[in-house]
Amino acid sequence: MQKAMIERAKQLLADGTVKRVIGWKRGEFAYDITPAVFETADELDRDFVFDDFTAANVSKYLVKESRKEGKVLAFLKPCDTYSLNQLTKEHRVDRDNIYVIGVPGGPKLDIEKIKAKGITGITNVRNENYTIKVETIYGTEELPFYEAIMDKCASCKSKKHVTYDELMGEEGDVLDSNRFDMVEKLENMTSQERYDFWRSELSKCIRCNACRNVCPACTCENCVFDNPKSGIDNKAPADSFEENMFHIIRAFHVAGRCTDCGECSRVCPQHIPLHLLNRKFIKDINSLYGEYQAGADTTSKAPLNEYTTDDCEASIVHERGVE
Amino acid sequence: MLRISADKLDSLFEAIAAKQALYIPADREDGEAEYKKYVSGMKLTSRLNTLRSAKDFFFPQTEDIVEFRMDGKKIEVNDIRKECEDFVIFGVRACDARSFTILDKVYLVDPVDSFYKNRRDHGTVVTMACSRPAETCFCQTFGIDPTAPEGDCACWKAGNYYYFKANTEKGQVFIDSIAGLLEEGDTAELDSTVARTREIMKKLPLANLSTENFGGDKLNEYFNSDKWAELSESCLGCGTCTFVCPTCQCYDIKDFNTGNGIKRYRCWDSCMYSDFTKMAHGNPRLTQLERFRQRFMHKLVYFPANNNGEFGCVGCGRCLSKCPISMNIVKVMKALEDK
Amino acid sequence: MQVNDNKDFQPLIVAFCCNWCSYAGADLSGTNRLNYPTNVKIIRVPCSCRVNPMFILRAFQRGADGVILCGCHPGDCHYTSGNYFTRRRMTLLFSMLDFLGIERDRTRVEWVSAAEGAKFAATMNEFTEAVRKLGPNRRLEDLRCRKQ
Repeated sequence: MQKAMIERAKQLLADGTVKRVIGWKRGEFAYDITPAVFETADELDRDFVFDDFTAANVSKYLVKESRKEGKVLAFLKPCDTYSLNQLTKEHRVDRDNIYVIGVPGGPKLDIEKIKAKGITGITNVRNENYTIKVETIYGTEELPFYEAIMDKCASCKSKKHVTYDELMGEEGDVLDSNRFDMVEKLENMTSQERYDFWRSELSKCIRCNACRNVCPACTCENCVFDNPKSGIDNKAPADSFEENMFHIIRAFHVAGRCTDCGECSRVCPQHIPLHLLNRKFIKDINSLYGEYQAGADTTSKAPLNEYTTDDCEASIVHERGVE
Repeated sequence: MLRISADKLDSLFEAIAAKQALYIPADREDGEAEYKKYVSGMKLTSRLNTLRSAKDFFFPQTEDIVEFRMDGKKIEVNDIRKECEDFVIFGVRACDARSFTILDKVYLVDPVDSFYKNRRDHGTVVTMACSRPAETCFCQTFGIDPTAPEGDCACWKAGNYYYFKANTEKGQVFIDSIAGLLEEGDTAELDSTVARTREIMKKLPLANLSTENFGGDKLNEYFNSDKWAELSESCLGCGTCTFVCPTCQCYDIKDFNTGNGIKRYRCWDSCMYSDFTKMAHGNPRLTQLERFRQRFMHKLVYFPANNNGEFGCVGCGRCLSKCPISMNIVKVMKALEDK
Repeated sequence: MQVNDNKDFQPLIVAFCCNWCSYAGADLSGTNRLNYPTNVKIIRVPCSCRVNPMFILRAFQRGADGVILCGCHPGDCHYTSGNYFTRRRMTLLFSMLDFLGIERDRTRVEWVSAAEGAKFAATMNEFTEAVRKLGPNRRLEDLRCRKQ
């Protein structure tokens, strides 16, 4: 696939269809890829990579890239196309200036999961028929592919590209995923148990803002948490209240716009399952206001920008579930 | 050399913890390790190092400095600092141990940071030599020997024994306090373990990374390099690298309005943030490129320029593992060198 | 659910009231000499829709033990549709607070018209009592703001 992608990108660069290519660049090791913009065939040949570790969603970079002169070619996985659609709907990208090639999605590997098994000194990672062979300076280790996949891929919602100009590989379907299982499990706990769960998770937060900055739905020029005039700006979780507030507001601000791409949890250095907050909103929206998938199209109104006169009252929260 | 057999480690921890607070790197549920206050039965982690660096002990992420309380037209100013208790950090790696000497160069020079000094005075650092370095390790680039760590007292695990050696007076006091549990023993096994680790060090993927092209005199050479644009292009501007870094030492001082007064506190700042060093006239670094450059120039050029050539990095590899887009100091060094 | 045994506990209640209906309703309850607890501190807002989730959280941060949001009845919004958006927004926010383990009885939305002085007083009495039973807000408080 990688080879075909490089060839196609080179063609499109050569015939002038696009001026730049956004994709993933090879790193120092087998797994540390970086999203990057390529401008020449040489750069593509040397550094372009598409493999089991290219999990990063590059659609947010298109906010900046699509406003530059000349078209940009973007290789997008199915989940990334939802993000792009949402950005298009919100007029954050110039869709006409982007040439999208849909490429197959994951499951992608999570190097942290491999390392958590005590494997270290990693020099190479190979996928042989869904067995991962990890070569290290201490010898070779093996583990089943599915034990090391990204959490976001384990509950994949769709293999379908919702927007593209060209497709490489086969088109998939929207999946019947299990993505709300954990949310449901938490809903069925007591209020004290939920409180304890979230305290132990959110107290790990170091307020690095990676979850916010990577989020394709978070595109404010100046975030309220960075604005000294807002009265709530901070660079550190100075109190447990601030940890709660930051994560509630972060998730709330993208409620109805979050496509559930899972980047927030992927980048969290402390492994906080932040996507659960977003999924809680998605689940509530689905059950209270009708099924809605952000990014599935570019025309529908976001659930929080809309209403019906017979919506449920807020007291519904008091009436359902476990106290 | 003084040593203790591995099955007696628990009783050693108990003995230390009976006298003062003891912190050891222990496992977390998600497979990472972090420093935890020792309680009976707690085990040392098998992970090479903790997710967050050990600088937290001396330079915590947030710290209250002073408090103002308002009552009508009266303002009361309270010094809310607490005297720190004696504590021991056990199992600090050589990279993190070196980071303390780097922080000392910032906080213990005139004017001395009394908050930092208070903690430093009360903390005893017991380091642990490495025997299984990771691919992300490059401490040797900065002249650190992971088989002979600094710190008040160094500890080695070899075979079935933990060996101890004091590096400082404080370390000697520590060893004296646990002397009853230690025994004299020969070092044959230790020597072979160290030799084996040294061989492994040579095989690490980053073993050849060198600082010879960096230092205080390289300002003009690198500041306007056209590499920065490409390197910083995909930087998210998050603070992960700076917050997991053992040597990043920048902080901000903020006032929090509690509704009945003001709490003045300091917290870590990150040069990756848009309001870093923002002043009355605005922000001196307007683009992510400039902020990104600041971080690496500080570690590789500005810091050595002001500190007799010592670099502001210890090669612990945390930023290599944790950066969401895997851009890090190693990639920057290699790109800048590649002219 | 824990029940607070301390009968002397006086909760602090913040009530966001829309200018056109609920604030006038509070006025009416006053002119009718109806009693409602002094625990309730009213903040007047142009429309219930002006209240963004941060307002609710900030009230808790600064010491509120319960937060209630009052607006015009659905269909009666001075700005036609503001309170419909409020309704969706607060439903999701309260659900999230519940999800994080914050006691659900600390938050409420109530529609009170300018003519419903009695309803305003009754609502405030009832809500204050409900929060009093819960005890002080501990799960969503900012320790720095606690009055020592």
